[in-house]
Amino acid sequence: MTQSVTQTKQTNSSPPALRLRGITKRFPGVVANDNVDLTVDAGEVLALLGENGAGKSTLISILYGLYQPDEGTVELRGQPVRVTSPAQALKLGIGLVPQHPLLVARHTVAENLALGGGSGLFPARGVAGRVRELSGKYGLEVNPQARVSDLSPGEKQRVEIVRALMRGAQVLILDEPTSVLTPQEADALFRVMRELKADGRSLIFISHKLDEVLAVADRVTVLRRGKVVGGRDTAGATREDLAEMMVGRSVDFTRKRLAAARPETPLLTVRNLTALGARGLPALRGVSFELRQGEVLGVAGIAGNGQSELVEVLAGLHASGGEVTLAGQPLTGNADERFRGGVAHIPEDRIHSGTVPTMTVAENLALRDYARAPLARGLARDLAATDARARQDVEAYAVATPGIHTPSRLLSGGNIQKLILARELNGSPKLILAVHPTYGLDIGATDQVHRVLLERTEGGAGVLLVSEDLDELLSLSDRIGVMVGGELRGPFPVAEVTRESLGMMMGGAHPTVIPGADQGVIA
Amino acid sequence: MRFTALSAPSAARAAWVTLAAVVVALLLCALIFVFYGVSPGTVYGTMLRGTLGDSTGLAEVARRTIPLLLIGSGLALAFRAQFFNIGAEGQLLLGAVFAAGTGLFVPLPGPLLLPAMFIMGAVGGGLWAGIAAWLRRLNVNEILSTLMLNYIAVAVVTYLIAGPWKGKEVRGYIYTDLFPENGFLAVIPGTQVHWPTLVLGVAGALALQWVLSRSTFGYALRVVGENPGAARYVGLSAGRVATTVALITGGMAGLAGAGEVAGIHHRLLEAGQLSLGYGFTAVIVAWLARGNPALCLITAPVMAIILAGGDLLKIDLNMPFRVVDVFSGVILLCLISSEVFIRNRVTWGTGRPAGSKANG
Ligand SMILES: Nc1ncnc2c1ncn2[C@@H]1O[C@H](COP(=O)(O)OP(=O)(O)OP(=O)(O)O)[C@@H](O)[C@H]1O
Ligand SMILES: [Mg+2]
Repeated sequence: MTQSVTQTKQTNSSPPALRLRGITKRFPGVVANDNVDLTVDAGEVLALLGENGAGKSTLISILYGLYQPDEGTVELRGQPVRVTSPAQALKLGIGLVPQHPLLVARHTVAENLALGGGSGLFPARGVAGRVRELSGKYGLEVNPQARVSDLSPGEKQRVEIVRALMRGAQVLILDEPTSVLTPQEADALFRVMRELKADGRSLIFISHKLDEVLAVADRVTVLRRGKVVGGRDTAGATREDLAEMMVGRSVDFTRKRLAAARPETPLLTVRNLTALGARGLPALRGVSFELRQGEVLGVAGIAGNGQSELVEVLAGLHASGGEVTLAGQPLTGNADERFRGGVAHIPEDRIHSGTVPTMTVAENLALRDYARAPLARGLARDLAATDARARQDVEAYAVATPGIHTPSRLLSGGNIQKLILARELNGSPKLILAVHPTYGLDIGATDQVHRVLLERTEGGAGVLLVSEDLDELLSLSDRIGVMVGGELRGPFPVAEVTRESLGMMMGGAHPTVIPGADQGVIA
Repeated sequence: MRFTALSAPSAARAAWVTLAAVVVALLLCALIFVFYGVSPGTVYGTMLRGTLGDSTGLAEVARRTIPLLLIGSGLALAFRAQFFNIGAEGQLLLGAVFAAGTGLFVPLPGPLLLPAMFIMGAVGGGLWAGIAAWLRRLNVNEILSTLMLNYIAVAVVTYLIAGPWKGKEVRGYIYTDLFPENGFLAVIPGTQVHWPTLVLGVAGALALQWVLSRSTFGYALRVVGENPGAARYVGLSAGRVATTVALITGGMAGLAGAGEVAGIHHRLLEAGQLSLGYGFTAVIVAWLARGNPALCLITAPVMAIILAGGDLLKIDLNMPFRVVDVFSGVILLCLISSEVFIRNRVTWGTGRPAGSKANG
């Protein structure tokens, strides 16, 4: 292993660490990869760019042995290989940090990491040490004893990264690893990536965030509709250049929300909200704020500081103490009643709660209204009406899908999100709870989502925007609050905060805040 | 041999894998018979001739199809909701108890008696399953609770026929008196095929298929079964769905129990005579149908052939009475193992680079 690394590092004429030749993969109704050629050298970070559904995940699934290509070959250091399973990919030194974590929810982090890698009766034991070592070394905070079901998506992703590192991957693939990371965590990841690169490993990196791509990648390859449509070194490139290569037109990156005179009518009033989190510990410790009509209120924070609970409480999914009123009326009832009362919810976890992956696109679009007219007549569902609604939504939100009867599981991440948006924004919600609404979306789709949300505010809707993407918060919000340890700092008018000041507050830089305080703080 | 995950296993694939599983099961059973010392040809010959070969055989098959169809289609629905009811046996018995109680003790005008017996049968079965649903809300696993309730149901039947309900005309035996004539269900003459229950079963299977694929409740049931997280997200009460499903399944099993007492026995008798293990065999019926109630119209008769054929083996070939369980067990095992072939494509041969061995 080590010899080959030094070899490739020193000889320039040696074959690339990884080469794909003429990879083609067809699915019913789409050619996901169309004659794709691609190379990555040792000690290089290649960014794979492309719109939602361009075929990035498919390509790396082939590389990782999850799919077999219909045509084409994979070569490692000049040797053709057949990657027939993930187990084999790992043996060949190809590691993957998947877009959606594949962890066993009921097990602890250490047990998950030991799966398939450890040995003996108590495989998790030796692992804990290794995890601490790796997480200490790279600043990837992971508690080996934590149960996976208690982790936020961001934390799960970190576990996946540690897992791939533990297996000593020579080619490491990261499918949108930063989508749920805070800027600090993302920076930490980039440091890891640079070290791995300096080690002579090859990295393939998928991201829709072009700043990151410019910061960490050496070269980009761009896919569009399954085909490679271009590539270049990142040196000297700008965001605009990359965006244009991806979507084939120029893209505007300026702040979208132009400060406007806002009506001062309160829409949502939250007083002294308290709630317990997963471990029975206080997750919300007296949160109060007001969201006005037509306002976008941003909520920043590191995952696990109470944002999930705040949204769940407002959506009717989580018990709480305190007072909440919407348009003057107390906000009560279960999730369905609240949805009908005008509360839309774009959930954090689009696979495990936002959709039923085995159900079709049309069925998923009916998830909120399946039992009501026009989608139902009495006890019977109206399948024609369901399909008609689905066709309309798919069209209006440009959901790329082979058909409305395709299981939603087969859609790309971005398209699943569009499906959820289409469903939630149907009707005219008064309050939109949006959690990472553009997580995993390409720039075109992100732009579309942002425009839709802002459009809704013009109609008087209020948006509670929870995001770990500070740029998104800064470009959309009127005011931004920061959740730290179950308390809300602010909200502050957007003009009074910066990326840096928000980042500081998220880290707990406030005299009275104990970062990560978990036990014994509250009586 | 290697497995590659299939992203979208088709219905056709599920069908042929299921068929293959049954064939493999029959081959495995053949092997067992060889070891037992009987030629598999003789065994299967006897079974086929004795079931499909003549009208008596067909009647025996039809008779067993009735409860299997009723229970199986209900279970198919329950499995779709991830409510693992393996207590249909007990629910059938309770249905029989309620129907018999009505037949014996409720003075109803003639034509009303049978409908009342069936309604009460459904209530009895539903109640029994309802207990498990209620326990599930207290976090008691329904697999355990429905299984335990089977034993209690047997005890209830035994207690009733040996105690308070013991017939006045019967001496040493333990069973109840006969129902009044109005409580006898019509049969195809010369057989024990109580056809009104069969009609009920066919209608029930089709109705449940409609519920599953066309009704709002069926949709809710699938959401709860396929992604509990999404059910929570839209405010669907998984507990309420599970309870309703339990009541439907239990009710179907209760109808089967009512059919057995009203159509065949005309009295309440020992649990082992009331049900020939229908509640358990129906699990296989539902599994073979892959959770589609309407497909039980095919799978129930298939299992009925095996049940009836198995009985012939005991009589004609003097084989142990457990032989039916061997069939059921092997088929169930093969079905469970076949799941992996539905979800994965299998490739044979090498093609893996040197130095890497034994994956998966
Ligand atoms: N298993 C599958 N069966 C059928 N179609 C599929 C399957 N997997 C992916 N597709 C389709 O192939 C295309 C490429 O999807 P892929 O997931 O590779 O896109 P992506 O570039 O990763 O998108 P995103 O940025 O949204 O993650 C899409 O049109 C998708 O719907
Ligand atoms: Mg993808």
